Amino acid sequence: MSVEAKAPRVDLTDPIFRWVSFAAATLLLVVLASLIGLLFVGGWPALSKFGFDFFLKFKDCPVGQGPICIDTPWNPVTDNYSATAPILGTLITSFIALVFALPIAIGIAVFLTQFCPQRIAQPLSTAVELLAGIPSIVYGMWGLFVFAPWFAKTIQTPLLIAASQTPDSFLAKLVAGVPNGANLFTASIILAIMILPYMAAVFRELFRSIPAQVREAAFGVGATPFEVVTAVIIPYVRKGMIGVVMLGLGRALGETMAVTFIIGNSHRFPKSLFDSSSTLASTIANEFAEAADIHRSALIALGLVLFLITFSVLAVARWLLSTQRY
Amino acid sequence: MDRALRRKLANYVFIGLCLFGTAIALLSLALILWSLFSQGVGGLNLHLFTMDTPAAGSEGGLRNAIVGSILMCGVAMIIALAVGILAGTWLAEIGGDTPYGHAVRFLNDVLLSAPSILIGVFVAQVLVTGSPFALGHFSGWAGAVALAILATPIVTRTTEDILNLQPNALREAGMALGASQFTTIRTIIWKAAGAGLLTGGLLGFARISGETAPLLFTALGNQFFTANLGEAMESLPHVMYNFALTPYEDLNKLAWAAALLVALAVLGVNILGRWLARDKNAGH
Repeated sequence: MSVEAKAPRVDLTDPIFRWVSFAAATLLLVVLASLIGLLFVGGWPALSKFGFDFFLKFKDCPVGQGPICIDTPWNPVTDNYSATAPILGTLITSFIALVFALPIAIGIAVFLTQFCPQRIAQPLSTAVELLAGIPSIVYGMWGLFVFAPWFAKTIQTPLLIAASQTPDSFLAKLVAGVPNGANLFTASIILAIMILPYMAAVFRELFRSIPAQVREAAFGVGATPFEVVTAVIIPYVRKGMIGVVMLGLGRALGETMAVTFIIGNSHRFPKSLFDSSSTLASTIANEFAEAADIHRSALIALGLVLFLITFSVLAVARWLLSTQRY
Repeated sequence: MDRALRRKLANYVFIGLCLFGTAIALLSLALILWSLFSQGVGGLNLHLFTMDTPAAGSEGGLRNAIVGSILMCGVAMIIALAVGILAGTWLAEIGGDTPYGHAVRFLNDVLLSAPSILIGVFVAQVLVTGSPFALGHFSGWAGAVALAILATPIVTRTTEDILNLQPNALREAGMALGASQFTTIRTIIWKAAGAGLLTGGLLGFARISGETAPLLFTALGNQFFTANLGEAMESLPHVMYNFALTPYEDLNKLAWAAALLVALAVLGVNILGRWLARDKNAGH
């Protein structure tokens, strides 16, 4: 029996595998790049037609109403569009939501990692994480069917009645609006409830990443739990915490369904806290499917603005969090 | 006031505030879950699974929406798992430390938290109207692609994290036997990380099954039953959006039932994923 000499086979599976997986990774880049490209190309007709007026447009003021008045047209009939109102609505709702959600989220995370008995902490943390996964449209439906009617009846109407005693006071200006519960403020509250579990879960991860020795050393020199949290734990993860705040903000800015149901969808310049308004995402959600030509282009330009805002917020968040891996 | 007492007081106030915050959050979330169950359970019956979405005033169910959701999420997950696991493997095993790898990782993280409505606009521009690839009408394929773009970054991220957890000794063992890198990854690394990869897939699935915004302009909705991804397709989140905004009580009730179904599916999948992940950790 003779031994046949075989030429060594060239094994191509490795190079093929490398190329295929490289292509998969590149596909992610291609998707993101074409997303930006398409938003820009699609939004260009509106941006070039309206120019700077798309972002800020002044108009002549009615007699006796201050030196500067801002026009916020959004009119598919005359094809006149401006992004001012949706941008304002987005920033205001996200900011108010963050103001409400941030202290509570920190409170929950501190409670879960520092004070809570271990036996309750685990199920509670799991519950918080599970709630972070509930689809945002469920929050929106709850806002529409439960929260808005309750808010209109129990809070908005009494406030309006109280304010009617003093028509020129700050309170009256703050709460003016149709008492139907669909306004900037209720949208912000729903947003806050929605980002709350998410932020609490990430804060908890962050606090848990602190080495036990650091905490124990602080307790060892006689600090109270309050002092341990404020003087040791929070400074230790300060950068990461700002990152989490930015992540929460990024979520709030781009949130669509929870807000669309309850913000009232008007394109006026918001006159009070209880005035109906709109956000970038809610405007797109409401109108994009039926829009054509310059209307569609204006909506895509809104998308571009939304992308640029969230992209910068998220980029800062990721950078802050990557310097402090949690 | 004595200093020790003041510190003690501050501490109690702080603990009280933390408790209060937790209580508020849990209370509001409990209220939402309560509405979901109390309003949704009333709408649960067999008709949900046997009849299609009705016009106002007539009887109906959610059959077309359930089938549409399952089909679109299924196709989306096939795409997301294929692309995500490969991309994650590339990041963990091959090119993750190159500058290009860092860029991919960063942009994947950006895509992970990009507003989902922008993905919808993007896919609508590419696959519905306005580009050479466009079909010219709403379709289940477009919906599935939009959902896939949402799920892929999640799968990529978890794949990379899980593969990084696998001990290097496994890789060295494969190489020592003379196996190629692909064989090592396929038969050793992926196998060892199996439960973790599945968890990543489940998390991605949980994320997309409740997504509404990307479906509004891609799959749109369809009040008739169809299993053809080439046509406009109904989905549970879209039914919720549509029917919640109508003034008809019976349609609102169906919207709540759909919300309950989606929430239960998301919770179930999340719990399953956690259970799998815990099982794996216990084994090590």
